Amino acid sequence: MNFPAELKYSKSHEWIKDNGDGTFTIGISDFAQDALGDLVFANLPEEGDAVTVEEAFGDVESVKAVSDVLSPVTAEVVEINEELLDAPESINEDPYGAWFIKVANVTETEELLDAEAYEAFCATEA
Amino acid sequence: MQLIFERSKKGRKLSLFPACDVPAFELDAPKRADAPKLPEISENELDRHYTELAKHAQGLNDGFYPLGSCTMKHNPKINEQAAALDGFTQVHPLQAEAEVQGSLEVIKRATDTLCEITGMDNMTLQPAAGAHGEFTGLLLIKAYHEARGDKKRTKIIVPDSAHGTNPASAAMAGYDVVSVESNEDGCVDLDKLRAVVGEDTAGLMLTNPNTVGIFDKNILEITNIIHEAGGLCYYDGANLNAVMGYVRPGDMGFDVIHLNLHKTFSTPHGGGGPGSGPCGCKEFLAPYLPGMTVVENNGVYSFTKAEHSIGDMKAFYGNFLVIVRALTYLLTVGKEGIPAASRNAVLNANYMKAKLEDIYPMAYDTTCMHEFVMSLEGMKHDIDVSALDVAKALLDRGIHPPTMYFPLIVHEALMVEPTETECKETLDHAIDAFRSTYEDAKANPERMHMMPMETPVKRLDEVRAARTPVVKFSFED
Amino acid sequence: MGSYIPNTEAEQLQMLKEAGFESFEDMLSVIPAEVKLGRELNIPEGKSELEVSREMKKIAAKNKIYDTVFRGAGAYKHYVPAIVNTIANKEEFLTAYTPYQAEISQGILQSIFEYQTMICELTGMDVANASVYDGATAAAEACAMCQERKRHTVYVSETVNPYTLSVIKTYCFGSNVDVKVVPACKCCGRTNTEKLAEMLDSESACFVVQHPNYYGILEDIETIEKTVHEAGAKLVMSCNPVTLGTLKTPAEYGADVAVGDGQPFGLGLAFGGPYLGYMATTSKMMRKIPGRIVGETVDTQGERGFVLTLQAREQHIRREKASSNICSNQALCALTASVYLAAVGPDGLKEVADQCVAKAHYLASKLTEAGLSLKYDKPFFNEFVTECKCADAVIDACAKEGILAGLKLSDTEILWCATELNTACEIEKVAAIVKEVC
Repeated sequence: MNFPAELKYSKSHEWIKDNGDGTFTIGISDFAQDALGDLVFANLPEEGDAVTVEEAFGDVESVKAVSDVLSPVTAEVVEINEELLDAPESINEDPYGAWFIKVANVTETEELLDAEAYEAFCATEA
Repeated sequence: MQLIFERSKKGRKLSLFPACDVPAFELDAPKRADAPKLPEISENELDRHYTELAKHAQGLNDGFYPLGSCTMKHNPKINEQAAALDGFTQVHPLQAEAEVQGSLEVIKRATDTLCEITGMDNMTLQPAAGAHGEFTGLLLIKAYHEARGDKKRTKIIVPDSAHGTNPASAAMAGYDVVSVESNEDGCVDLDKLRAVVGEDTAGLMLTNPNTVGIFDKNILEITNIIHEAGGLCYYDGANLNAVMGYVRPGDMGFDVIHLNLHKTFSTPHGGGGPGSGPCGCKEFLAPYLPGMTVVENNGVYSFTKAEHSIGDMKAFYGNFLVIVRALTYLLTVGKEGIPAASRNAVLNANYMKAKLEDIYPMAYDTTCMHEFVMSLEGMKHDIDVSALDVAKALLDRGIHPPTMYFPLIVHEALMVEPTETECKETLDHAIDAFRSTYEDAKANPERMHMMPMETPVKRLDEVRAARTPVVKFSFED
Repeated sequence: MGSYIPNTEAEQLQMLKEAGFESFEDMLSVIPAEVKLGRELNIPEGKSELEVSREMKKIAAKNKIYDTVFRGAGAYKHYVPAIVNTIANKEEFLTAYTPYQAEISQGILQSIFEYQTMICELTGMDVANASVYDGATAAAEACAMCQERKRHTVYVSETVNPYTLSVIKTYCFGSNVDVKVVPACKCCGRTNTEKLAEMLDSESACFVVQHPNYYGILEDIETIEKTVHEAGAKLVMSCNPVTLGTLKTPAEYGADVAVGDGQPFGLGLAFGGPYLGYMATTSKMMRKIPGRIVGETVDTQGERGFVLTLQAREQHIRREKASSNICSNQALCALTASVYLAAVGPDGLKEVADQCVAKAHYLASKLTEAGLSLKYDKPFFNEFVTECKCADAVIDACAKEGILAGLKLSDTEILWCATELNTACEIEKVAAIVKEVC
């Protein structure tokens, strides 16, 4: 299982990357995609939408279930990954490359874990 | 199997219509560019096509259907005869009332009988399915609160064990859904319920027995809690087959209910419909009923519309021919037959449960009602055999699997509802099938993942079907 | 009493014991005494099959059946080929459950896939669902599909079937959405497209138009489509599917959602139900359409198979986030319609449509000769409205002769319908009756 060191993680299994230019990229972790199984669709917000910390901004569908994807921050959506809509399997194949949204104007952040702490957290969840 | 479009061949047809005996008329309107690619086929081929399809379908006539929460009881053939009578099938819904007294009588008698069985004062037969009935009932609740000028009641409470249509219907009625956790008995946790009830409670949706097949003893307390907070109580009638004739939702504190004629009242499932979902209510909600209700005056029936009716749930009066079937059933079983059905439904379920509980863990260790839930969580953990694997293995033994993965509060759930119309030998045979499946699973868990192996198709790739949906035939070949 | 309980009392007693109970009372003691009914139900005793058969026949005989029907208004009498009921009554189709266990339900799933394909062919659309309750609820569900973040208001033409409008209003009462009725042009009986343009704004979600409309008249869909899409809203077209055998399709017009009632396809009048709501849409809106959808896939051996797909839209998975609560639909009615469509084929459907048009226009000309006047002068399909001094007199006179005349719309207006079943003889006869009365 993969836990890239440069990312931060939420306890609800999303990852967030600081792009260094005021924007952040968000996706779901390897642990999440493994637990969810084969994903068939992702529902994303629209550009310009507001996202709220620890609230759902979208969801992912497997054949038999839907799971909310929660935002680690309060911010504004500046870009969505349209490719995800056509190729949801990329979330399973490459969870850290298959990003969901890019946000800016972050006003609130939840307490995030670094890679090491998240890996330890996942070990307790399994 | 060939698709009908693959059997189709240009020029094949049936000779159905005589030449037009009036002058042709060229309509001044834009026409479609190409004819629709409907099948071109002879009657012979058409007959064979659907015969082949029928061989790959499983009716109640083919075998036991122990689907929990579906009440797959026998569909009496006299019901079909009644529903095929010309007097019922050849009548236009917009004929004058004097010309359709028979149809009005069907609606009135079915309504009155179902009201007596459920303890309700009035009922609309307009909803076409259970979920439709739920939506109706919630709209009655909404209309009631709005008429009282009470706009702060925005929430409907739904137990986490509820059928998915419950919260979906509440959302369609514009309500926020508050989930209340069940306790370890599978019943409503009274403290948790009290904690979520308040001035914003429009109502509660509940079924009793609940979706794990247990009769919630606290029902009067539950409905009281809601009423005291100013909310109303909605009864999901899907499980009525467990208690009809012994208990009435109207006597348990429920204000509004729906019924599933295609479950409790023996009308056929049709491969997914048509059903019928009458919505019954107490007198104070009757002014809001949708559609037309029937009144009788000196033996003459007529339609009337509630004075503050919420409108219509669908066109006309409901799935009328389904209602005809249900009335036929009600006339057949009558006052003794209703409780006889429910007590035997409960007996058959307890009988099967008693014969399986030594090897299949029951989710709840108490007398069940008309259905019981087994949990294969232990099997999944110990030998990686899931509820799905067991269900698929039963297919090879000619038994339709029980309901899988419902309710959500039980992990790896299999819910079994035999119904009262099964004889002891059928139940014993099913019990043997469950037991031998268990033995096979223990002996060879790996093989269970490949089930079913004897069916015409094997496990289907549902991921592919969802990722790249192909939802119609492609003619470009 | 009539009973479907096979086990004898002796067997029941034995089973009780094996299940660990002394008696039924013992088993049912889980029900608290304070909620028990404690008395017999106040309904008649059960009856034998023969008695029930007689009783139902007696009730049915109280209805008046007309052989000659000139009434439509949302329920149409068409010829039902003999093969249709032979197939629709097969027990495997009639009594089967919803095909959730795909491996043993390929027959049902394939029949739904074929139905979906036929609806797509008729409407020109990319995806159709496995059915909803009827045409009116299909229109209401379509309005829900068209809801967007900033666009909620639903617009409906005054010219739709009154039930369609009523059901849309009831559904929108639930979803707290405003419904605005776009008026008809009094003289031509069609949607007032100028008013439509005025009324639509940046918060409009959709416009629902029926084509042909309730009065049988063909709407100016080209203008309506432009107007609706220019306003950024979506177009929902409700069509009697018989007309789609010849008329320009909703997809060709650029509609976003096509809905209607498939009752004319083999379902008979049946006093209003069960009927058949069809819904079809573009691939863009595929994930918004409610109800079941069957998709094609392969099994572990690479064999073609069919499954219920895109289930994550539905109530059993999304629960309160589902866009619709629909579970049971009109499956057997959809199968019936598929058999009908296969039996008539493309040529047969065109024949039915052409004859409906021809007979209706012949009826209109004969009725006007007999003294009625056509209310509207725009092209109609197979329904039209006449004006006369006394609608009741016309309808009553026809009834005496065993003819169900058109529907009374007001004291002076009648909505007539003709289908391929109406013969020249019947049409001439009704005209003769009208001539006497007027």
